[in-house]
Amino acid sequence: MATLEFSHVGKSFGSVDVLKDIDFSIGDGEFLVLVGPSGCGKSTLLGIIAGLGSLTTGSVLIDGQPINHLEPKERDIAMVFQSYALYPSMTVADNIAFSLRMQGMPKAARMEKVRDVAELLQISHLLDRKPQALSGGQRQRVAMGRALVRNPKVFLFDEPLSNLDAKLRVDMRTEIKKLHARLGTTIVYVTHDQVEAMTMATRIAVMKDGIVQQFGTPDEIYQRPANTFVATFMGSPSMNLLPGVADDGGVTLADGQRLPIPGRGDVLVGLRPEWFTPLPRGDQPEGAMLATVEVIEPTGPDIYVGLRLGGAEVMTRLPAGTDIRTGELRAFAVNADKAVLFDAETGVAL
Amino acid sequence: MLADGVSCRGVAAHLRRALLIGVLVIAALMYLVPLAAMLFTSLKSMPEITGMAGFESNTILTPPRAPTLAAWGEAWSRACISVECTGLRGYFGTTIPMVTCAVAISVSIGAVNGYVLSKWRFRYDTVIYGLMLFGCFIPFQIVLIPIARVLGLMHLSGTMAGLVFVHVAYGITFTTLFFRNFYVTVPDEIVSAARMDGAGFWSIFLLILVPVSGPIAIVAVIWQFTSIWNDFLFGASFGGANARPLMVALNNLVNTSTGTKAYNVDMAGAMIAALPTMVVYVVAGRYFVRGLMAGAVKG
Amino acid sequence: MQRQLRAWMPQIALLPSLILMTVTVYGFIGFSVLLSLTGSKMMPNFGKWVGFLQYERVWANPRWEVAVQNFAIFATLYIGASLLVGLVLAILLDQRIRAEGVLRTVYLYPMALSFIVTGVAWQWILSPDLGLERAMHIWGWENFRFDWIKSDKMAIYCVVIAGVWQASGFVMATFLAALRGINPEIISAAKIDGAGGLSVYRFVVLPALRPAFLTAIVVQGHLAIKSYDLVVALTKGGPGYATELPSTFMYAFTFTRNEMAMGAASAVMMLALVSALIVPYLYSELRHAR
Repeated sequence: MATLEFSHVGKSFGSVDVLKDIDFSIGDGEFLVLVGPSGCGKSTLLGIIAGLGSLTTGSVLIDGQPINHLEPKERDIAMVFQSYALYPSMTVADNIAFSLRMQGMPKAARMEKVRDVAELLQISHLLDRKPQALSGGQRQRVAMGRALVRNPKVFLFDEPLSNLDAKLRVDMRTEIKKLHARLGTTIVYVTHDQVEAMTMATRIAVMKDGIVQQFGTPDEIYQRPANTFVATFMGSPSMNLLPGVADDGGVTLADGQRLPIPGRGDVLVGLRPEWFTPLPRGDQPEGAMLATVEVIEPTGPDIYVGLRLGGAEVMTRLPAGTDIRTGELRAFAVNADKAVLFDAETGVAL
Repeated sequence: MLADGVSCRGVAAHLRRALLIGVLVIAALMYLVPLAAMLFTSLKSMPEITGMAGFESNTILTPPRAPTLAAWGEAWSRACISVECTGLRGYFGTTIPMVTCAVAISVSIGAVNGYVLSKWRFRYDTVIYGLMLFGCFIPFQIVLIPIARVLGLMHLSGTMAGLVFVHVAYGITFTTLFFRNFYVTVPDEIVSAARMDGAGFWSIFLLILVPVSGPIAIVAVIWQFTSIWNDFLFGASFGGANARPLMVALNNLVNTSTGTKAYNVDMAGAMIAALPTMVVYVVAGRYFVRGLMAGAVKG
Repeated sequence: MQRQLRAWMPQIALLPSLILMTVTVYGFIGFSVLLSLTGSKMMPNFGKWVGFLQYERVWANPRWEVAVQNFAIFATLYIGASLLVGLVLAILLDQRIRAEGVLRTVYLYPMALSFIVTGVAWQWILSPDLGLERAMHIWGWENFRFDWIKSDKMAIYCVVIAGVWQASGFVMATFLAALRGINPEIISAAKIDGAGGLSVYRFVVLPALRPAFLTAIVVQGHLAIKSYDLVVALTKGGPGYATELPSTFMYAFTFTRNEMAMGAASAVMMLALVSALIVPYLYSELRHAR
């Protein structure tokens, strides 16, 4: 149970800045996801919270107290690692109990706690096994058990699901979310998977090149991306960016069609794939956009339809069963109220 | 036609296979020749060896016609080494504790060094590792004179303790290399996890890494055991008359010029001296090669 | 205070070894280098500096000349032959041989033996009166001659034979491990691309063995320079000083001829040779280490 604050955190190796002025905070019980492409600094930041790596400037505070100078074990933080990092020579029970053993807790008390946690995670039958005799999903649970048993102030997760197969990943995602709902402990979770970020987080920090591009709730990040990087990184298929020139009346796209979004100068119009609706053939009311259907990809619940619109390629998401054909010229209604305008040069939302 | 072609190819494959096995077996026999010659000769009497009457057809590779363990007994307890004629027996008693101590100390220190150099980062750690590695390769001639001086200053000249010191000093470079290369393959995340779980420097080493070090410990122990057991240079240079290791004793035995040369006793002595390392190799050689290659050959 | 101690624990744990290494490796090398610049005879004497005189004396000595020549022969043949034998055996052994375990142990066992033991055995086999030559005569090849060990010119080749016999198994193991480490899919891909047996080896396998070659050359090279026991046990440097190597030269001049500074000078030159081989290797290995 703790608040977590980053105050102007920076880290550099020689002249290379790997983290630049990280400055935000989350409240007690929040689920923070650090998301970004590899090399964006998210794992470095996690290591700094854990005390495994040092920072060059600024400080990290838990419950208002700076923790920079504390060793990992003094921070009351537990971590689940990407490779699970189970101790190969110890049984599952000993793995889970290791931190308690290091605290000097007597064996009987240790084992009782281990049994409780094992029950919670449904791994009671595995307690006498060695890690190498476990499946990926079971290892994952043991790694979580090792973190849970300490009842820490903050949980750290470093891409914990990336080594699991697709189905198990979805199951574990739900399970971690349930666990968070039940325990209410503050969580910091690192991933490169924007779906994980969107589904699990109460707060997301999107990172790139050591800089937090945007910090906010999943909804804010999705609806109002702060720049074109966030716009395209979060959401799948990603947000369409249509170049155009804006004035007070709207944006003129490359092919002359106009969208009723006021602005100024060269812009990129950000439109999510689900903000397009095909109109009945022959129907072309005021404000509808004409587009050529180039490709249709059914996915089951949805179909992804690739369009040529305003001189650019646009990906849309439509409900399965929508009557649409490759090659046809079709009018689409566009949800222009939601559209986000970005400065064409800097990529920053206007 | 087709069937003929297939069977033709089949015959060719069989021939190639036979040739392959043939070459490998001949090579194996060539590797075994010196051992066979030693073993046969050690079991023969001197008249048989020198081809005297009744043994005219004897060669080094003829199995003994009248096998006898006399030479082994002679080498074990009666052969002359320098002025003492008590065989190699006594040298086992002094060499084994020396080798055991040197192996235990150098392997333990190497394990700690390997742990530090693979799992902890600090300034100049790679430089230190490089300097240690270089120590594996120096020709010992460059350190012989100073060792003699320093052992003298420490009053360790001509003692087994002195030999232990020398073998430890020049053995830890190798054991460090072995352990470091092995521990590099243990994921760093395990060490991070242990740190977060509250384990300190020594707890991580003793509770997490030592329990998984079996394979490399075998390599380090075998390597150190064979090289110290087989050492001649240090033993001959610093052992003196009071702390003469087995190999130096064997060399003396073989080169004792009093009386006629007893080849059978020489061979028996060589076999006796080689037996411990041979046994270790045959029993544990598999693990040795496997572990050594995992560390030594990269890529 | 305790926190400080804990933070420095890795360095503290390393310190004893570091000190030991600094003294026994680098300190002692320094000692020998300095010694080689003095006029020391029986005991180290740092009172009399003579510059590079001892090096000149070493190079002027005919025994050193023989030692250097022998070393060139020995090192070239020893490294070359043990690499060749080791490579061929490894490739043959890699063809899914049923008795691989036994054969491998046979090829490797010489490595377990002391050079002293090996020397005794080879002395015996190479001796014309009692060894191979006599055996061949008795088996009917009356004209067979094999008396290299008694010949000034050929004795060094006997050292090569014994050395290769002892070391090639280790080289074989190195190559075998590397062969086993090649991704079989790459070989399959090459075969699908139309490469036959030999071209697979030429274009795929041998290039993949590069690191193993390097390791083998470095290990065998430094063993060649170190070789002392083998010569002592096999020929004692003889006949005369026909099989003298730098290592035996150093020992003889330091400990029996009371020319300690000359011995040190020869040792320094041996070290320089090893360094020329090892330092670039270590540098390239460590550059990628982290």
